[in-house]
Amino acid sequence: MKDAGFIFASYFLTIGSVLLFAVVTLRRARESAKHVDDEHKPWI
Amino acid sequence: MSQTSAQSSQKVSNTGTQATRVIGVLAIVVMTWVVISGLSLTSADVVQGESVRIMYVHVPSAWIAYVAFIVTAIASAFYIFAKRHSLGFDRVAGASAEVGVMFMAITLVTGSLWGRLTWGEFWQWDPRLTTTAFLFVTYIGYLAVRRLDGTTEQRAKRSGVVALLAVLEIPLVHFSVVFWRSLHQRATVLDPNGDVKMDGLMLFTLFSGVVGFTLVFMWLVLHRQRTMLLSDLAIERRIDDAILNRQNESVGN
Repeated sequence: MKDAGFIFASYFLTIGSVLLFAVVTLRRARESAKHVDDEHKPWI
Repeated sequence: MSQTSAQSSQKVSNTGTQATRVIGVLAIVVMTWVVISGLSLTSADVVQGESVRIMYVHVPSAWIAYVAFIVTAIASAFYIFAKRHSLGFDRVAGASAEVGVMFMAITLVTGSLWGRLTWGEFWQWDPRLTTTAFLFVTYIGYLAVRRLDGTTEQRAKRSGVVALLAVLEIPLVHFSVVFWRSLHQRATVLDPNGDVKMDGLMLFTLFSGVVGFTLVFMWLVLHRQRTMLLSDLAIERRIDDAILNRQNESVGN
């Protein structure tokens, strides 16, 4: 495939950014959830 | 509440629910299809060649960034104008803006790579590129305003006003290719004449990208706004504990 480096870099950056954001969000959630009672979590 | 009791129920106390799990699985399935189809099943473009494959991530990122900023503005309007100023709206606004900024950054970077292949330059001070960069910087500013000192109500009010002003930039960005002479191509899919010149599988993959990115957006916003609620509650609790300690100290003296 011509220009494969640029094309793969686009996909890698896109998927990588989304995954990084997701992992950071879940880690923050887990950390914050330790300090809050379930009764204060309306989604449960 | 004792910390032990919260930790003992940790398995069910995070921000995930059945709905987020379903959305997450669907997002993974759709995005996997987009990557496979975008990189191997779709054909190269007659004019742009293989570089058109970048479109399947670039265009959906830009659209979802717009959607995210519009959601931020709507949620902010609900916070500011509704009788009951629910901080839930503010958290949705903040979460959506964060996700929008991420998608806008992806748009700028993938667009830059695509530009290098089609125009021979990573960056041009073209109307579409310049207004998009300006939109990106504006929402970085919005996130900075959210981090200013103050109560959660002050944060919601200040950032709500910024969000309502910032969203006015979106039509400017979208129609910049119409208002000014631009290197960037005009709307292909959202052509006002409805004349879509694109192969069926290419169009399907592009729309799959939009669906996939929308699912990702929903999943991230749900988790992020719940995390914001947990952080706000944890901060309130720390403040309450500090006040209680100070009162106990003064009683002891």
